[in-house]
Amino acid sequence: MLRSRLFLLAPLLVFLALAYLVPFLGVMRWSVTLPEPGLGQYKTALTDPLVLSVIWRTVRICALVTVLAVAMAYIITLLWVRGGPVMRLFVELCILIPFWISVLTRAFGWLALLSNRGIINTWGQEIGIFSEPLALVRNEFGVVLGMVHFLIPFAVFPLASAMRSVDERVLLAARGMGASRARIFWQVFVPMTKTGIFGACLLVFVFALGFFVTPAILGGGRSVLVAELIWLRIFQSPDWGLGAAISVIMMVAIGLLLALTMKYAKGTGR
Amino acid sequence: MFGRFTALQDISMTIGRGEFVTLLGPSGSGKTTFLMILSGFEAPTSGRLTLDGREMTGTPPEARGFGMVFQGYALFPHMTVEENIAFPLKVQGRSSADVSKRVRDMVEMVGLGGHGHKRPSGLSGGQQQRVALARALAYEPPVLLLDEPFSALDKNLRGQMQDEMRRIHQETGTTFVFVTHDQEEALALSSRIAIFEKGQLQQIAAPREIYERPSNRFVAEFLGDINILPVASSQIEGRAIRLPDGAGDHLAIRPEYMDLLVSEPASGNALPVELKDLTYLGSETRLALTTKGGVPVVLHMPTAKLPDGLVPGAAVWTSWDAHRGFML
Repeated sequence: MLRSRLFLLAPLLVFLALAYLVPFLGVMRWSVTLPEPGLGQYKTALTDPLVLSVIWRTVRICALVTVLAVAMAYIITLLWVRGGPVMRLFVELCILIPFWISVLTRAFGWLALLSNRGIINTWGQEIGIFSEPLALVRNEFGVVLGMVHFLIPFAVFPLASAMRSVDERVLLAARGMGASRARIFWQVFVPMTKTGIFGACLLVFVFALGFFVTPAILGGGRSVLVAELIWLRIFQSPDWGLGAAISVIMMVAIGLLLALTMKYAKGTGR
Repeated sequence: MFGRFTALQDISMTIGRGEFVTLLGPSGSGKTTFLMILSGFEAPTSGRLTLDGREMTGTPPEARGFGMVFQGYALFPHMTVEENIAFPLKVQGRSSADVSKRVRDMVEMVGLGGHGHKRPSGLSGGQQQRVALARALAYEPPVLLLDEPFSALDKNLRGQMQDEMRRIHQETGTTFVFVTHDQEEALALSSRIAIFEKGQLQQIAAPREIYERPSNRFVAEFLGDINILPVASSQIEGRAIRLPDGAGDHLAIRPEYMDLLVSEPASGNALPVELKDLTYLGSETRLALTTKGGVPVVLHMPTAKLPDGLVPGAAVWTSWDAHRGFML
């Protein structure tokens, strides 16, 4: 039985090995051989103020993006799972349509909306709400906005599955005991969906760490995140070793994060 | 969430303080809908609900202050036993000293000492049931509503929980309204049973009365076995029979009030029957008979009193005291 299942999985395992493992091993090799053999590039990556500031900014922005995206996704999912039929259809469209639009299109869409000569700034100045253009992109604000927008739909699915598994009768029971809607929401519903919140946070955070296109376009080179830094090291300055070392550090960090959360999830039995 | 819609018609019921009323009926009979109207989770299209003379019809469930035990218990999975029981007390804004004392008392009352810090997932079905009871009774509601609370328990545990439930009912003096489709449970627990069928209240009476004096054929047949013999001008299948008082063209008799005889008795009510089948049930034996006219008759006889040598196909007699049956 087990053997036949493994057999079915084999094509996938081979594909994963060829497409991910082999290239990753290659990247690992670069990190310890370029420009000369040794762990020098790791030392640079972990001490160089520029690299450290980019890593710190990445973690900070990703954490902020995670909190915002999951909070907004929670509201949307609530409307989706517990709303009326019309609301459900509307929310479904709102979740699905972004999946059909490429990440590039969306980033340029934000640019058209937010840049100095974009729709908001030109209209705002014409109407006279503000005289100087607002700095809405080519900074962290733009990056966060674009990333949150992109990631919300991904947070919806783990949240929806958690919300759907909430036993309606538990909520009725709380109501029957005289609890207000706010108390039921915060003390019963939210804790009962915490696995979903946790899963959504993890998914969004790990996904956000690897973001490249959105921060590159909406950050305009001023708010560089790790993925863009690696790209710069490899494609713009011939510094393959450092780029590879940062990649490996990120992979290991994410692996550790996932392992820790899995252990925690098992420990709490949920 | 209550996927089915059952219309209720013309139901009028007065439940006294401290009563244990069971709403009994087949599924879809409207008993759960009636309970939901009592709880306030469903609203009646017409009619009134009052508590001690106060109008309650439009009062939302959170303002009624009733206790409720749901099917499947509906415990808070993320809270411990103590936190579950404390929840309604905290909602009422009681002091923390009061809450913890009350929680301790309730845990003790339902016999869960030592389990207070466990989560519901770490408890057995019977223990979860006790938590649900304790939580619903913690704030001393005037009325406790229970929706098939034992349906998930196995038979032994059910019996145990029934005893427990009766004890708790006596200790607290709270009015219990209990929905079930299990007749034995209803007979064992209730001060009165309300029988529902097709959205209508068929009869409400004490268990013994409802069993022995059902007001219609549905109630008679729903509770336990019953033999129903067609009567024509004081005769059953051509034999003169002394009938009990009452109107109706059928004589109804519970199987345990009928006897099996090997020959025609000298006097009294009796009918010749053919033995179709015997089912040995230990202390009792269940006998399936048919009259000459083909009407099925069931008897429950103590095995010890059974005549020897009974085999299916035997021609025997059944007799009963005239005052035991009732007319339907």
